[in-house]
Amino acid sequence: MQHELIFSGFGGQGVMFAGQLLAYAAMDTGYHVTWIPSYGPEMRGGTAHCTVVISDKPIGSPVVRRPQIAIVFNKPSFDKYEPLVRPGGLLVINSSLVDDPVTRERLDVLRIPATQMAEQVGTPRLTNVVLLGALLAERPILPVNALCDALDAHIPAHRRNLLPQNIEAVRRGAAYAGDFETMGIP
Amino acid sequence: MMRDAPISDRVVVYERPQALADIHTHYCPGCTHGISHRLVAEAIDELGLNDRAIIVASVGCSVFSYNYFDIDACEAAHGRAPAMATGLKRVSPDRLVFTYQGDGDLASIGTAEIIHAAARGEPVTAVFVNNAIYGMTGGQMAPTSLPGQKTTSSPFGRSTDIAGFPIRMSEVLAELDGSAYIVRRSLHNVKEIRRAKKAIKTAFKVQMAGLGFSMVELLSTCPTNWGMSASDALTWVADTMVPYYPLGDYRVIDAVKDL
Amino acid sequence: MEMLKGNVAIAEAAIRVGLEAYFGYPITPQTELLEHLSRRMVELDRPFVQAESEVAAINMVYGAACAGVRVMTSSSSPGISLMQEGLSYIAGSDIPCVLVDIMRGGPGLGNILPSQGDYFQITRSAGHGDYRPIVLAPASVQEAIDFTVLAFDLAEKYRHLVIVAADGQIGQMMEPAELPAMRPLRTARPDWALTGKAGREKNVITSIYLKGEEMEAYNQRVQARIATIRTAEQRWVETDTEDADLLVIGFGTAGRVAYSAVEEARAKGLNVGLLRPQSLFPFPTERIAELAQQVSGILVVEMNAGQMLEDVRLAVGTSAPVDFYGRMGGMVPMPDEILTAIEDVYPVAIR
Repeated sequence: MQHELIFSGFGGQGVMFAGQLLAYAAMDTGYHVTWIPSYGPEMRGGTAHCTVVISDKPIGSPVVRRPQIAIVFNKPSFDKYEPLVRPGGLLVINSSLVDDPVTRERLDVLRIPATQMAEQVGTPRLTNVVLLGALLAERPILPVNALCDALDAHIPAHRRNLLPQNIEAVRRGAAYAGDFETMGIP
Repeated sequence: MMRDAPISDRVVVYERPQALADIHTHYCPGCTHGISHRLVAEAIDELGLNDRAIIVASVGCSVFSYNYFDIDACEAAHGRAPAMATGLKRVSPDRLVFTYQGDGDLASIGTAEIIHAAARGEPVTAVFVNNAIYGMTGGQMAPTSLPGQKTTSSPFGRSTDIAGFPIRMSEVLAELDGSAYIVRRSLHNVKEIRRAKKAIKTAFKVQMAGLGFSMVELLSTCPTNWGMSASDALTWVADTMVPYYPLGDYRVIDAVKDL
Repeated sequence: MEMLKGNVAIAEAAIRVGLEAYFGYPITPQTELLEHLSRRMVELDRPFVQAESEVAAINMVYGAACAGVRVMTSSSSPGISLMQEGLSYIAGSDIPCVLVDIMRGGPGLGNILPSQGDYFQITRSAGHGDYRPIVLAPASVQEAIDFTVLAFDLAEKYRHLVIVAADGQIGQMMEPAELPAMRPLRTARPDWALTGKAGREKNVITSIYLKGEEMEAYNQRVQARIATIRTAEQRWVETDTEDADLLVIGFGTAGRVAYSAVEEARAKGLNVGLLRPQSLFPFPTERIAELAQQVSGILVVEMNAGQMLEDVRLAVGTSAPVDFYGRMGGMVPMPDEILTAIEDVYPVAIR
């Protein structure tokens, strides 16, 4: 199996960390994984994206033209990746900031008001983990608790006090997309 | 006859310093590089640093100075001696590391390296031989050539309209907080030579005490490229260079006085 | 296994195998390497200097290398241009030294995106004069680590300049990888090093030979060393070459993306193989020449206008037609582009 994902949004929305967190969880689960950022001027507030490839065998190309899954945090990202997701793929949309209709067929779409849900948990900065929780509930690439374990293991030391909030945001995202009771989330 | 005097009666009044290799130099007759080499070597001998000293030679007339000192030596690219000395000193903090640079090397192509070595307070010493000309390449205008000075690349005399003004490096480096000991001396007479020797020794002591960056600028002659006799060249230093490049102590931090 | 960014992995690997001093200057996409060392070297009480320029940085490296310590610097393409002078002096002084080039788009200021445009700059001579540095090209974070370790070993074995050349993508990418164990620093310095002449004759390190005869004799010694390196240090990996009709050749990220394209071509029933050079100098010339006898066509893939292509053509001669697919300007080829290029040239290959 091989999963190819692109996370895209404004710089500052936690797009890069979302991808890294999924990569950590994949590594800790025993998969091969690559994470590639877009880097450069867009780091200063423009759009930023990262590509994550998760596989059960060594990964060739870490770059992907048409991802199976795109997680779009804002409208420019929606505009860019809605046409690119592979047929039969999944588009996860932060509906707090994007209300455009999806025109393509043969595409799974998950709309989730992630920024509002993050604000309810405490801060819009949790938008990224809400989206990750929702993603894994929709597509069980990894168990949701692998993500929680990765948060526990890799959250920066100076943000450690935000761990409970982060876990709660993952839970709410997962609950929105599916039945988290059946996913073994504590 | 002196020749018949028993050895025990003889008194050594003058000899080649241990740190100076016993070989002929390529310097022109009347050039003061020979004097400055000797002063550096005497300072190394007197401080007992022969086994711990490393010279970083530069590009210019002193390009072969690594041959003339009997100490470990390397040869830097043009202007880069302070950077190379930085690398050496950082991994050999208990060694005496010094550069020996001319004015083209230090004040033109190597300005960035010397300024930042000083700004970092790098505990290395620069022996800066300023003779206001590019000697090795045959007498072109240097960053330190005086206004009006004729050289092979300023045949009508240095025009400040065309070439701007000379750089007074001691004054420039004295402004930097990393500098511990910045002085200008001259080699045009015995009194000044003695003062120069004392300054070089002090600079080495400053380095070994880890007080910061040190530089001794030495006003020097280039009779060949100035087109003068050796004696006239010394007079030219005294009458023409010294007024433009006043001798003196430009930065001596308090800790130096306690050495 | 740890999740590591290429730049950080190289820096930490260097520390683990005894990096004793680092001198560098910030430039994207290499900067995390310098930043990591700015913290770790200071924690370990080892010299770290952020130099005033790449020119100064490489000359600080030159100085520290003269003292016989494990030393390195890192930069990206425009910074490597500035270091050319120092690299040439280092090469001309027969001292070991490691340089990391995280390549970006050019020429000029170019951009900060991944590129392989420095191939000529670093494999031909890296500065003026007549020599070839050893150049290692990783295609993954793990290889970036392994080649950093290897770079120090080769540099010291041959007293030669070794360049680890990765495109910006390798520097910026994160992957799980294994770092080497922490080694103690060496305590002894080599007998040629500048340490002060206590108990021996003085040591002199220069790159100056004024007499033509002496310079030529020196050049001959260096060329003899390079000839040894050519035979002993060629490195590459092959995939599916046994029965290949078409051989794809690419290094670094281009070679890695090509691996995916070759897999897809195989799935479509095309007999395609891949050779990925890991050492750009010495170049795996003989093996490519050998494969050129077997295959009917060769496709070179690079993130430049076709630089390694010349080395491939020299190796292949007239044995097989050589085609090229390249992206420039910081663009990374996608697997489907390379697959299309494979399908375009494949009919020729099976003819």
